[in-house]
Amino acid sequence: MRWQDPALQAVYSAPGSELPGEFPFTRGISAEPKPWIMGQYAGFGTPAESNQRFRALLQAGVTGFSVALDLPTQMGIDSDDPRAVGEVGRVGVAIDSLADIEILMDGIPLEQISQVRTTANSIGYIWAALFVALAEKRRVNPAEFGMFIQNDVLKEFIARGTQIFPPRASLMLAVDCIEYCAQHVSTWTPLAMSGYHIRESGASATQEVAFTFANARAYLDECVRRGMSVDRVAPTLFTFLAITPDFLPEVAKFRAARRVWAQLMRETYGAQEAASEQLRIFAFTAGSSLTAQQPLNNVVRASLEATAAALAGVQTMHVSAYDEALGVPTEAAATLALRTQQVIAFESGLTQTLDPLAGSYAVEQLTDELVESITALMGEIEDRGGALACLESGLLAEELSAAAYRQAQLVESGERVVVGVNKFPAEAEPLEVFRIDEATEAAQVGAVRKVRAERNQPEVDSALARLSADVAAGRSVMPATIEAVQAYATIGEIVAVLEQHLGRWQPTDAF
Amino acid sequence: MNLPRGRVLIAKPGLDGHDRGAKVVARTLRDAGFEVIYTGLRQTPEQVVAAAISEDVDAIGLSILSGAHVALTRRVLELLGDADIPVLVGGIIPEADADELREMGVAGIYTPGTALAEIVAEVERACADG
Repeated sequence: MRWQDPALQAVYSAPGSELPGEFPFTRGISAEPKPWIMGQYAGFGTPAESNQRFRALLQAGVTGFSVALDLPTQMGIDSDDPRAVGEVGRVGVAIDSLADIEILMDGIPLEQISQVRTTANSIGYIWAALFVALAEKRRVNPAEFGMFIQNDVLKEFIARGTQIFPPRASLMLAVDCIEYCAQHVSTWTPLAMSGYHIRESGASATQEVAFTFANARAYLDECVRRGMSVDRVAPTLFTFLAITPDFLPEVAKFRAARRVWAQLMRETYGAQEAASEQLRIFAFTAGSSLTAQQPLNNVVRASLEATAAALAGVQTMHVSAYDEALGVPTEAAATLALRTQQVIAFESGLTQTLDPLAGSYAVEQLTDELVESITALMGEIEDRGGALACLESGLLAEELSAAAYRQAQLVESGERVVVGVNKFPAEAEPLEVFRIDEATEAAQVGAVRKVRAERNQPEVDSALARLSADVAAGRSVMPATIEAVQAYATIGEIVAVLEQHLGRWQPTDAF
Repeated sequence: MNLPRGRVLIAKPGLDGHDRGAKVVARTLRDAGFEVIYTGLRQTPEQVVAAAISEDVDAIGLSILSGAHVALTRRVLELLGDADIPVLVGGIIPEADADELREMGVAGIYTPGTALAEIVAEVERACADG
């Protein structure tokens, strides 16, 4: 008797239909199945504390990982600045200078890491400089490891909110970083075109992708204006998108995003290389779908979301920990999130078949409809002068705020079910939550002051003077920033120099 | 003429840039008949309290998702001193911190998933008390 089941194939298709790895890449950018890179977002406290967590994650089999930065770091404020009080080491690790990066990466072989991701946006160019400097000190070629810098400062103006300078100046700094990486370390990802935070701020899937690509166009247009070839830049980029519980629409969204991107690159930017047309996706399970009520339900939500991304095909994934609506994840919760990815990737067999939902009437129609709605909205933004103009006028922020309000009302009315919140509520046992050590702030304040006291001050002054001259002359800030971090200038000092020339973004009271 | 149900300041103290919750609450309260003033991002506790006093509000809603809620709320309450303005806080707030905030005198605490109707009712009560 025959006992064998049919073997799983890498590709199933109908005659004449689009295949995986073929333009416009709806079905995926590769013709061969490959597991995604499992990167978990982590980092808190002092660089030494985060270093311990990273070592544990590497031990657990993580192939790429992420450095969450605290808010003062993300906003170019040193740990001993009065504006940093209460925030040091809270939502990520505190980094003030190259000395902290040396501690953060101590004992971690750079060349064994496929991807280090970071939430540096407004300070993306400084982050690149810090790792160029670290690699030089360790005599490692920076191209031997992967660095993934979010650097999408434009989306900070509509979601997430860590912008420092006005939009146009912010864009120029981001492009300085993109330009440097495209020229010197083309293995790095100098920009993650981020829709995740836009979606988390209440956007629809259409808004998420359209706003993200509209922002991407602003960066690309500036790259092209500076004389860079789109085929030099586009292959270094990633997009960073959310996975919400809308299972089938989310599968369709990733497929649609790939098709829209491929068409944009080929038709609008005249890309010649397939790599420019292939949208590389980093998918992240939606933090906003996590609830503080009955937090263990979040394990199920994250598993479903991760499964949708696995079905759609992505290059990198992060799964959120179940306790994130309550605080920074505990180690146990962070490990379970990684195990969730591993079970899906290695036990389900999903990674053996590319785009297995292709041909489903629902998924194909949703994909087509999303391509249409995303393209139409991108067209509207272009008609209004592009992303930069729409950011400056506050239009995109206003659109998002209205979308968030609509979403909240759907939950409030019960039209959108959230189990344990507006349906099936129950008292749950309180969870053990992660506590940030209150001594962190004092330790980091002491550390940055020690760095300032012990460094070669004339070297710092000369690097900062060069930075000031370069930004005033409209030159790239990268060379002088690298020199400054090598001299142990702090992030706050570098930003303060730029602020004298670029001004500061002013918050708005519109809602 | 309908009188407003109260004047409320919705504030984002500290460096946290996550303003979805603050804006949803601001819109909800406005549509529920309150007068709402939103501070915008990145206000110091000093700026928040100065705005509350100059705008003569009946209640303050702080939105903090960065984990700095205890330090920032304590500072706002200190600065308010004898000014009789109730403070409500929303954000990522673990239960132990919620207890600490209540002991400081915070009138209401809201975490992800709190019903908007509950917030409206409690803000109304706070405005009446304040």
